[in-house]
Amino acid sequence: MGALAGLSLGSLSCTRAGMEEFLQKHFREMSEDEKKAVIRRLEAKYLKKYGKKVRISTQQAEAGVLWGYGLDLSRCIGCRRCVYACVNENNQSRVNPQLQWIRVIRLKKGSLINLENAEHYYNPETVPEPGFMYMPVQCQQCENPPCVRVCPVKATWKEPDGIVVVDYNWCIGCRYCMAACPYKGRVFNWAEPNLPAAELNTEVHYLGNRPRMKNVVEKCTFCIQRVRQGRYPACVEICPTGTRKFGNLLDPNSEIRYLIENKRVFRLKEDFNTDPKFYYFFSA
Amino acid sequence: MEAWRFFKKTVSMVFIGTKGYYLWCAFLLTVIGIAITFYIQQLDAGLIVTQMRDQVSWGLYIGNFTYLVGVAAAAVLLVIPAYIYHFDPIKEIVVLGELLAASAIIMALMFVLADLGRPDRFWHIIPFIGSLSFPNSLLAWDVIVLNGYLVLNTIVPIYILVKIYFGAEPSKKFVIPLVLLSIPWAVGIHTVTAFLYNGLAARPFWNASILAPRFLASAFCSGPAMAIIIFQILRKTAGMKIRNEALFKISELIAYSMFINLFLLGAELFKEYYTGTIHLAPMEYLYQGLHGHHSLVPWIWSALFMNVTAFVIFLIPKTRENLLTLNIGSFFIIVGVWIEKGLGLIVPGFIPDPLGEIYEYMPNINEIAISLGIWAFGLLIFTLFMRIAIPIQRGDFIHSRYAKPTARPQYERIEP
Repeated sequence: MGALAGLSLGSLSCTRAGMEEFLQKHFREMSEDEKKAVIRRLEAKYLKKYGKKVRISTQQAEAGVLWGYGLDLSRCIGCRRCVYACVNENNQSRVNPQLQWIRVIRLKKGSLINLENAEHYYNPETVPEPGFMYMPVQCQQCENPPCVRVCPVKATWKEPDGIVVVDYNWCIGCRYCMAACPYKGRVFNWAEPNLPAAELNTEVHYLGNRPRMKNVVEKCTFCIQRVRQGRYPACVEICPTGTRKFGNLLDPNSEIRYLIENKRVFRLKEDFNTDPKFYYFFSA
Repeated sequence: MEAWRFFKKTVSMVFIGTKGYYLWCAFLLTVIGIAITFYIQQLDAGLIVTQMRDQVSWGLYIGNFTYLVGVAAAAVLLVIPAYIYHFDPIKEIVVLGELLAASAIIMALMFVLADLGRPDRFWHIIPFIGSLSFPNSLLAWDVIVLNGYLVLNTIVPIYILVKIYFGAEPSKKFVIPLVLLSIPWAVGIHTVTAFLYNGLAARPFWNASILAPRFLASAFCSGPAMAIIIFQILRKTAGMKIRNEALFKISELIAYSMFINLFLLGAELFKEYYTGTIHLAPMEYLYQGLHGHHSLVPWIWSALFMNVTAFVIFLIPKTRENLLTLNIGSFFIIVGVWIEKGLGLIVPGFIPDPLGEIYEYMPNINEIAISLGIWAFGLLIFTLFMRIAIPIQRGDFIHSRYAKPTARPQYERIEP
């Protein structure tokens, strides 16, 4: 084991930056100065790799904010624009492996809870199709997240504004969180991510859409880089039918609070007591 | 000075052996060498070289890990009767059983490492240096109990062997408490490993409280079955003194364990099939196939056939006390439990996945080569352990003052 650690250490630490990366601390244990040093190193690394200046934010959660999401199943037409808007915004690997944080499943009308007959790879000429409904699923940002509980190294945690994040530099790639998630909310970089420099989004957050590395896990963060600056998540913005709603659960005047109080909302797999902050509802 | 002689001789003995010994070691080293080339590829390209994907995110590595934790835990099956009930024929082989356990734990830990995406960040999991999430993560528990068990199962046999070498009585005050501790600890490692899966509500196939008892029952089949085969090989090749009586006793214990294992399996099958809820799907996938996907079906039925056949062989005194049928039964159990607890346990946990997708997983050449390499490494370690332990136990490798044949203490001295 020591030999193996030595082997991988050797391959990394040829450079000073490599050594610093190897010894990098857990994000939550870094001082402000240490964070700045890490950001500088990462920005230099990304510049070298993509030839672009990437701005990495470490903006913290605002007090009095708990993000909540609403999804109107009556409106979703299954077009998957959200899937690709998310990929573009969040710098996922495009091919080999192709990573997506949102999965839209097609369900035969008449069955909602049993997902065993869900169709993941539907591909008709046009959507929506008669007789079917569509259910987009992504990380449900649980208040009681099983993925966080099982992580052996605390590489994933729930932020004060309720977003479950991953420190990609701390994840050891054991994939226990993937086994624990009841929503398939996490995907894995099975290889070095394939992200063309031309498609790189340079406005990133350390805990969100910054470019990842091979063999670490990643997930939806409600577009942490956007929502902490007062913008909507990319999926909300792109949706052509107004299916997707977003807001502060602690603000009694927010749209999400209005929906919860006035629509008949439900949450996916509520029987797991994961307490998701992702609310599905039917406007009609 | 004698300690230096012991060390020097130990090192040199490892390099001296029969032609068969050299061939065996060369074979194992070749397998390890091939595995290393595959592992370097995996390190370089990432886990994409395996067949694992987001849908089935654990596979052959974690299956082998689970199986080997069971083999290691089963060392207690050899320890309990020897120390508690003073069943003499088994006493002779306790030291070897514990070394087998230690080898199995080393393999188990290597399988976790092989599965780990970022072995370079291994230090994150080391207590105090990294940020081990104890007590929240069951994986953290496993790290602690497995390493503790490894230490326990190396200290006791090494201590006993060194004492024998020096012609001294192992101190009961030292050995007995450690041995008594290793018994609940063995139950502990396998329980914790079962809880690792058991604690995931998202995976109904694993989220059954019968999992930990079943793990223990099947471990008490596979570990001793492996011991039966290994001890016969050592008896032939290394002149180790093991009486048939000891092997027959072990096989009788296997029969009871296998009965419990099959009974618990039946209980689980009844519950799933009679209630027929959506949680039946993984079981259906495993035993019948689901929506046209059935790659595990032939495997699990072979496992069931082997386990039941072995149970019958070990139940009937006539067949269990016949070396040919005994070995067939042992082989069936080793393979049958491996299927049941390896691919047959890990893969259906992921099928269908939480959103109902079915991705059929079968390990590819990369995973198979790396797994064989880890097995070869474990067998090599065990072989080297035996290369030293057996001559000590036989009284051939001993303190210079006892070197004259007449002064040799008898083999039976190993008991504390």
